Amino acid sequence: MTGAARTGMREGFVSCEACGLLSRPVGAEEPGDCPRCGEELEFRRRDAIQRTWALVITAAICYLPANILPVMRTTTLTSEQTDTIISGVVRLHASGSWHLALILLIASVMIPLAKLAALAYLLISVQRGSVRNNRERTRLYRVMEGIGHWSMVDVFVATFAVGLVRLRPLLSVAPEPGVLFFSAVVILTIIAAQSFDPRLIWDSSRGKQVTNDG
Amino acid sequence: MAPLSTDVVACPDCDLLQRIPELPPGEAACCPRCGRKLATCKPGSLERTTALAVAAAIAFLITNMEPLMGLSLSGREASTTIAGGVWQMWAQGERITALFVALFAVIAPALQIGFLLAILLSVRRPPAPRWVGRLLRWVVIAGSWSMVEVMLLGILVSLVKIAAIAKVVPGVGIFAAGGLLLLLAAMSASFDPRDAWSRIRWVKGEGPGRALPSSGSDAAESGR
Repeated sequence: MTGAARTGMREGFVSCEACGLLSRPVGAEEPGDCPRCGEELEFRRRDAIQRTWALVITAAICYLPANILPVMRTTTLTSEQTDTIISGVVRLHASGSWHLALILLIASVMIPLAKLAALAYLLISVQRGSVRNNRERTRLYRVMEGIGHWSMVDVFVATFAVGLVRLRPLLSVAPEPGVLFFSAVVILTIIAAQSFDPRLIWDSSRGKQVTNDG
Repeated sequence: MAPLSTDVVACPDCDLLQRIPELPPGEAACCPRCGRKLATCKPGSLERTTALAVAAAIAFLITNMEPLMGLSLSGREASTTIAGGVWQMWAQGERITALFVALFAVIAPALQIGFLLAILLSVRRPPAPRWVGRLLRWVVIAGSWSMVEVMLLGILVSLVKIAAIAKVVPGVGIFAAGGLLLLLAAMSASFDPRDAWSRIRWVKGEGPGRALPSSGSDAAESGR
């Protein structure tokens, strides 16, 4: 590759996000509809940066109640205990299942944080017009998009514990409000990753800088 | 709005224009700039994917009808299905979370399998009608919210957690869910959306054709 990279947008073409067909847009402002599948065409996902920021900030706010509030309550004849996400991990570790505890720690605590941090980094680097590490930043985006749904695991744990353990008054498990905030964090970060447009990472690259990355 | 040859694409991740080369069976074309996989050549994809989707549909039905696990304590017993877990969440006040779980564990995988089966059956005789294109868009959305593998991990973790306080027995549903997980992964891997799109009638009736966007687009790298 020499000189500026030949991208769809620079050469005046638009690629359909639904079916992948490359076509010539009707106009520069309103590219029209895809001739193959009829989906509305866009050069870049609409308002990608603003939308992703809004979702990242909302998810970060929900992250606090998601971790402070309990997600489930276990009641026996003699005792009652509530568990947050973190205390659930600690309890699992204490009962000897350190490998499951590690999986939950990664899925429930570290992945949401890593995803928020990675999306914030991608947004800031795009807004500052960074042209470095484009390939690595694109890879980071793909990884974050791919692992996000694993954070839902704690919500499923709560659901099946609540569904199974209902031997009142001997033993029962009930959900607590933290579970709602926690699912909100997961869903918001998934939508945030989907609203970001990885092509923005490459749009700042002009001229010879592209050859260094490629 | 001139359509171009469908061999010329812009990379969805970095927008680089390139031509997809003729691919030998089993090989994939990747973007030379960002490494995104752009196309694969999967001989027999249609038949294999159809078989896998039918098997996945059966595994899905068993997963949702059979109990996932049972519990016994001091002579009392209980068991749960996926729907039972969702219902208890709903009944105990976490209605939104119950809806999310139903969506990710039941509705999204059901739509993913159902849409794909409809697509696979209707692209057998091209050109397929336009609504198949709509299903092709929806199957991607359904797939992105289908979380069978996460659900299975959640079931296993809750088994271990409850085993600390009561006796639990894994049910048929867990094994069916394991099968469903493998079949869904194989089904998605063997499906070739580029091939399916090429068999669909165009909205604007122009069909593929026309010249490439001027000269010298970079060719995508081919390799496994």
